This record gives sequence, C-alpha cells and structure tokens, in this order.
Amino acid sequence: MIKKVSRRKFLQGTGLASGTLVLGVQFAPVFAANHEPMSFSPDVFVSMDETGQVTIISHRSEMGQGILSTLPLLVADEMEADWQRVTVKQAIGDAKYGSQNTDGSRSVRKNYTKLKEAGAIMRTLIQQAAANVWAVPIDQVRIENHQAIYQNQTIDFKNLVKIASTLEVPARESLKLKTEAEQKYIGKPGMKNLDAHEVVTGQAKFGYDIEIPGMKTAVIARPPVVFGQVKSFDASETLKVPGVVKVIEMPALTPPAAFKMLGGIAVIADNTWAAIKGREALKIEWDHGSNASYNTKDHEAVFIQALENPKEVVRNRGDVEAAKKDASKHLEAEYHVAGLAHATMEPPAATARINGDRVEVWACTQTPQAAQGNVMATLEIPKEKAANVEINVTLLGGGFGRKSKPDYVAEAAYLANESKFPVKVLWTREDEIKHGYYHSPSYQKLSGSLDVDNKVTSWYHAMVNHPIGATFDPAAKLAGSTDLGQGDMMFDVPNIKIALGETDTFMRIGWVRSVTNINNVFAASSFADELAHLAGQDPKDFLLQMIGSDRIEDFAADDFKYSNYGESPEQYPAETSRLKNVIQVAADKAGWGQELPEGTGMGIAAWRSFLSYIAVVVKVSTDGNKVKIEDIHMAVDAGKILNPDRVKSQMEGSAIFGTSLAFYGEITAKDGAIEQGNFDSYQMSRINQIPEIHTHIIKSDAVPTGVGEPGLPPFAPAFCNAIFAANGVRHRRLPLKNLTLV
Amino acid sequence: MIKLNINGQLTTLDVSEDMPLLWALRDVAKLTGSKYGCGKGICGACTVHIDGQAMRSCITPMSYAKDKTITTIEGLSEKGDHPVQQAWQTLNVAQCGYCQTGQIMSASALLANNASPTDDDINNAMAGNICRCGTYPRIRAAIKLAAKSTNNSNGETS
Ligand code: FES
Ligand code: FES
Repeated sequence: MIKKVSRRKFLQGTGLASGTLVLGVQFAPVFAANHEPMSFSPDVFVSMDETGQVTIISHRSEMGQGILSTLPLLVADEMEADWQRVTVKQAIGDAKYGSQNTDGSRSVRKNYTKLKEAGAIMRTLIQQAAANVWAVPIDQVRIENHQAIYQNQTIDFKNLVKIASTLEVPARESLKLKTEAEQKYIGKPGMKNLDAHEVVTGQAKFGYDIEIPGMKTAVIARPPVVFGQVKSFDASETLKVPGVVKVIEMPALTPPAAFKMLGGIAVIADNTWAAIKGREALKIEWDHGSNASYNTKDHEAVFIQALENPKEVVRNRGDVEAAKKDASKHLEAEYHVAGLAHATMEPPAATARINGDRVEVWACTQTPQAAQGNVMATLEIPKEKAANVEINVTLLGGGFGRKSKPDYVAEAAYLANESKFPVKVLWTREDEIKHGYYHSPSYQKLSGSLDVDNKVTSWYHAMVNHPIGATFDPAAKLAGSTDLGQGDMMFDVPNIKIALGETDTFMRIGWVRSVTNINNVFAASSFADELAHLAGQDPKDFLLQMIGSDRIEDFAADDFKYSNYGESPEQYPAETSRLKNVIQVAADKAGWGQELPEGTGMGIAAWRSFLSYIAVVVKVSTDGNKVKIEDIHMAVDAGKILNPDRVKSQMEGSAIFGTSLAFYGEITAKDGAIEQGNFDSYQMSRINQIPEIHTHIIKSDAVPTGVGEPGLPPFAPAFCNAIFAANGVRHRRLPLKNLTLV
Repeated sequence: MIKLNINGQLTTLDVSEDMPLLWALRDVAKLTGSKYGCGKGICGACTVHIDGQAMRSCITPMSYAKDKTITTIEGLSEKGDHPVQQAWQTLNVAQCGYCQTGQIMSASALLANNASPTDDDINNAMAGNICRCGTYPRIRAAIKLAAKSTNNSNGETS
C-alpha cells in the first residue's frame, strides 16, 4: 500500500520539514505492539521538500552493504530524481516500520517493486502538477532528471512540490514503470554511495561516536566464562581513578543466554580512558560456574565421538552403504573449521537515555526491533508501552551478524536506568573477541564412492558443532544447520546421506556471516575436489559432471525439509543450470586449464547459498610453507542486480573475510574462557596479502537475491583446492596454522 | 592542561598526560573521525598525522602529543576534497566506512612523502591498517588515482 501522508500524524520523529510532499510505503500488513492491526503504517517514507531535496527514510540498518544507497536507487530511478539531490535517513526501531532485520541478505530482494512504485507515483504527481501549470494533458509533459519538460520549457521539481502535494495519488494500475532500457541508476556501474562524503571526512556517525548532553561512558568487566558470576569485588582503587563516577554491579546471567546481559561490574566515567583505567583497577573474584570445565582442545574428542555416531539423518536417498560395497574406489575424509569471532571493525556500542518512562537508544544495531524488545525485557517495560522505547540506528562499523544480537543495547539501557546518567557502553576489542556469539568449531566427515567409470555413486556428509539453538535453549544439542551448505548440496548422486551429531555447548554461539555454510561448504567443496583427483579428472569438469543435468533440485524428494532461506522453492528454485554457469564463467575468466609454473595452482569451488549462485577460482603460488594468493575470480548470479558496484564490493569483502578465516580464524577456550583478545591473537588479513579480485556478474532477470553472505562459503575451499593443485598438500583443517600468507 | 595544535588551532585540553591522544580527540575535543579499533597500535583505525607523520593515536600519550601539530581527518582538507578523499569517493572504496578515516590518514601521509608509490610502496605503508570489510584492492587503486590526479594537476600549474 502506498499513500500520501498527512504531516501531523506521521511526520513527527522523521525530521521532515513542513511544505513537504510525503509518500508512505507499506510493504505488508503490520500489527502494532498491542497486536491490533494498524490501519496504515509505512515502512519507508519518500519525500520531497520545497528545495526539491528528495529524502528517503530507510527502514534498513546499514552494515557496509550499501543498503542505504541500494533501496533509494529504486525510488530515485523511477522518479527521475537527480542522484545528487537524494538523501537517505535511518528509521527508528518500532514495530510500525515492518521487518528491520538486515540479516540473511534479504534487504534488497523484498520490496523491490513497492519501492519502484513509490518512485513512479512521485514522478506521476510531479508530471500532473506540471501539466496543470502548463494547462496541457499529462502525456505532453516529460520528466527528466529533476525537471518537468514541455516543449522548450522546464520546471524544476522544487517548484512543483506544492501543487503535487495537493493531488490525488494515482491508482497502482495506472502507473507506468520504466522499462529496463529507460533505467538510469538501477543496474548501472559506479553509482556513488550517498554517504561517501560523510565517511571520508569523518562526519559519519557510528554507534561509537554518539555524544549526548551529560553522557557518561561505561566499560564493563564481564565474567570470563559465560554464566560465571561475581563472587566479590573491590572497587576502591577504581573509584580513585580521576574521572570515574560510579561502579555498578550488573545482574548475573542465567540460562538461556539469548540476548541478555552477561553480567559483571560496570565502570562509569567521564571519558573512555578513565573508564578503561577504572576497569583495570577493579579487583574481582569470579565464580566461573560449570562452563569452566570446557577446553576447546579436549572437546575435540567429544566432537569426533559425536561425528562417528550421528543422531539424525536429515536427507537420505538410496543407500550409501550399499554403494560403498559396490564401489570401485572409495574415499573418506574429516574436516575441521575452528571457532570464529565476528571482529567487526567497530566493536559493539550503545547509548541510552532515560527520561521518566521514555527510553531513547542510539546503537549500531542490525535489528532495531530486537533491540527494542531486549530493552523492554531488561527494564521490565510492558508491551503496551513499546512506543516509549525509541531505537535510533546509527551507522554500523561492520555487522556480520554480531550486531543483530543486542546484548550491548540492554547493557546501556540498564546502566542508564541504574546510574541516572545517559550512558554510552563501549566494548573494547578485547571485549568483542572474548565475549562474542561465536561461529562454532565444527567437525565433519565425508565419504564418497566412485564406480568403474569414475562416476560418483555415493555422498555422505556428517557434521557436528555447537548449535546456535543452544544460545536460546540450553537443551538444544543437535548440530545446526544442515540447510546451510550441507543438506542443500546440488550434486546428482544416486545415494546420499546427510547427518548431524549432538553435543553440549559451553559458550554463546551465534550466526557469523554465512553461518554454517562456512564449515559445510569448506568440507563439501574440498571433498568434491578430492574425489576429482581420486578420479583423475579435472576438478572443474568433475564438478560440472557431479552437478549433472539441468534441473530444479527437488530436496523434498529425499525427505529433506529444506528451508530455502525462508523463501518458497517455486519463486526461488535451486537451479543446477545457474550453478554450472557460474562455474564455467569463473573458470573461463580465470584462464582455467592453462599451463602454470611449478608450485602454482588453481582451485575452484561453487555453491548456492542465500539463494545466490557463486563460483570462486583462486590462484596461488607456494614456496615451502609460504603461500601467495596470485589472483581471485568470482562469478555471481544473484538475479537482477540493482547496484553492480555494491555486488562487487561484497564479493571483494567476502574473499578477504575468507582469507582471514582460512589463515587466522581461531577462537579457543581454556577453562571456559576465550584465549584470544585482540588483533594480535585474532589476526586479520592485510592489504599486502590480497591481490586484485575480479568479480563477474551474470546478467539475469531472476528475482534479486542476497550478496552480503554467499560470496564467503566457496572461498576457503577454492583456496585450499588451489594449494593442493600447487603443491599436492591437502589441507583439511582451518585455519592453516603452519602456513604463512605472504 | 595540555596545549597542542589540532587541525590548525591552538587547543588546550584538560586531560591527564597518560591519556592516549585518541581519547582526548574523541571524548574531549569531540573529534570523532579518528576511530578506535584495537587500542594497541595494530589496526590503524586511529591514525592521525603528528608533525606530518602518520601515527597511531591510541598508543600516543598526551605527554608526547603536547606542543605538537596534530592533523585529524576533520582537518585533512577544508572542504573534504583532498585528492585522497576524492579518489576514495570516485572509486566507492568504503563499505561500512569505519576503518576508512584511518586508511585515508595513512594514505595521505604516504603520498606526501612519495608522489608516485608502487604497489609495494602502498602495501608497505598500508599494511598497518586493517579493513575487516575487505576494501584493500580499492584502497590500492584509490591511492594510485589520487597520486595520478595530484601529479597531473601539479603538471598543469607548473
Ligand atoms: S585503534 Fe589505534 S591502531 Fe587500532
Ligand atoms: S570499510 Fe568496514 S572496516 Fe573497512
């Protein structure tokens, strides 16, 4: 539903000036916090003021995916707005804004048409206003680049706003959306990010940068082990640190961890440095609780035991055991990927101010609605008072899933309430690494059989990890999720078995960019390469052959309950032709098959994840234990592309994120406490280690799909397959600890 | 009270000598363009120019910054149009943007000393700046673009 919005009712809080033409765009029926259906409740506002400035209030958190420019692209293109005269703003977190969750790479693929329609309505209103001025029929008026044109006369949009705002919104059926050839911004390379100037001048405001009058800064000494508690503490030295104003004990955490505060002792000070020094001066005796029994090293045996005895078969076709008996060749391999932290460049940060029963929050959050709910739960604010809790979304210095878990927002609200000051809670790097929601360490076992013609006759993939579910339900033991990179494999093999093992969980587990696709696709795509070598075939040809005929993969036929990233399989089918196509394109562009010098090799991997199809070819050269990445080619089919430049940047980012996890990513616990703490013990790849990255976008008219996450899964296996091709050493464990990346 | 020159202005800040310059800039001088990433000198997010040299403000105590000339991202150019800032926009370098002010301060210091850096020069000068979002190839390209546009315009005027 798209309507003109009356100023009084909707515009408070949006910061829009009067004299503005405003459209409200509603994506789906929404319900207020009290579960009453609301009559009209826009998700996005599209407005133009009397200077002709177009403002689009976006309901999506920005997290480095250029969403703030991708969504307005749709509106501005349809409306023929001058890109220089378009700005975007964040919406505040409230149920009335619809789903604000930016996880799962969904932001673009929903609501595509609605936003174009909003642009078309704006254009039509302006066109009608100009037609009225010139007293000519509307079809005599052309609209181009912020101007209405009739014969040799032009009127700028700004001079038509007033009239346009008095006109009736045209019916949806009457709208003429642009043809693809008429589009100027959508799908065009090099669209400038709207916030680029603020970023390069240091004006962009991240969660860390919020400053409100009278604000104090807090850092918290959290229990080193999850569910640990403060036994006793002495803050006398802390209170002597100049600038420290208060020390507050946080409530202890009880299971499930969910998004609740971790507990500990908070130091509130006039500035960050005083807070940090005050925290260093605290003397705390901890009761570490039962998770202190957990050592990553020792748990390996438990994992392997569980891997050998899976609890649940989630996809089954034919009989893998029988196929093994009939096999001409058979291969088994185990893979391991270590635990990972998000390491967002900006650690979590949130600011809260409480005034009577009003709570205002400013936070770098991917999920303002979850943050709002979390604040309400923490401060025991009843549901019907939801409108009193306002979440303002700042820019995010990286998200990767960490900032959709608003524990830090609850801390800010709690401390503002207890201290009676507006409080900004800052997490240091050590806090971020030591108190994360980790990607779980995982163990996987694969086996496969070849017949005399070197055709794959069976595929077995078992996986065990600490499930994300345990963060929300301590009884959850079954590994998850098979939907991401394991059960959803698209190989045409007559016998398939996909299984999951069980284990207990001793830390907070959460989703990190592309989630279990990271470990599952690493194992599956490495194993596919191993089978190719066993068969004595070219890995790329073998991959294409394993995928087999052009078809839509029917997971249900194998009794596999596949979630398809929450989308219907009819609208978003798993098409083998698209997967094969990206493989072919990436291989061709990379020069696959060419003669390479001694010690140099190429590796390939491809997967469909987040509904997008991605293939990666990596070229490496090796010299003893030294590895150098020579070249990276990525082919991406993500349906119709709105903003090719941002697709490219996401692929580049995925490759570099993948390099970091392949070489360095390892979170370990000793006596329940995380051993890593900063970029020295949890390293990131650096500029000198990264070559040019070539992204090849497949032209497609399919529905747009995600690009933030799917580039990551195939990277690490393509990389390790390249190392094998270069020097014959197979790496089945990440990170690659005994190699040096040069 | 510590006196120093920040972005061309003589400034007096009421902070302790052991406070790192980063927190003095952000919390006291209210210049939040310099970012915190690690607090240990290993990520480069906090990079500023001290007497023209790129330095990590998170490990630079005020006792050292005293009486020195500090340039932060806010003072790199008057209108935000330093060649590096322009090149960054032209090539859409930023993803989340958080690391980019530090990257730009390192890059501008590099170009001040080396007008036509090679890939190796760039890699060496920029290896201390982490970008978790993964913008490294564009950073390299943008530094070369900035170098080229500076050299071109110098050529025209001389
Ligand atoms: S914050 Fe100074 S180098 Fe990381
Ligand atoms: S752009 Fe996000 S960390 Fe560099």
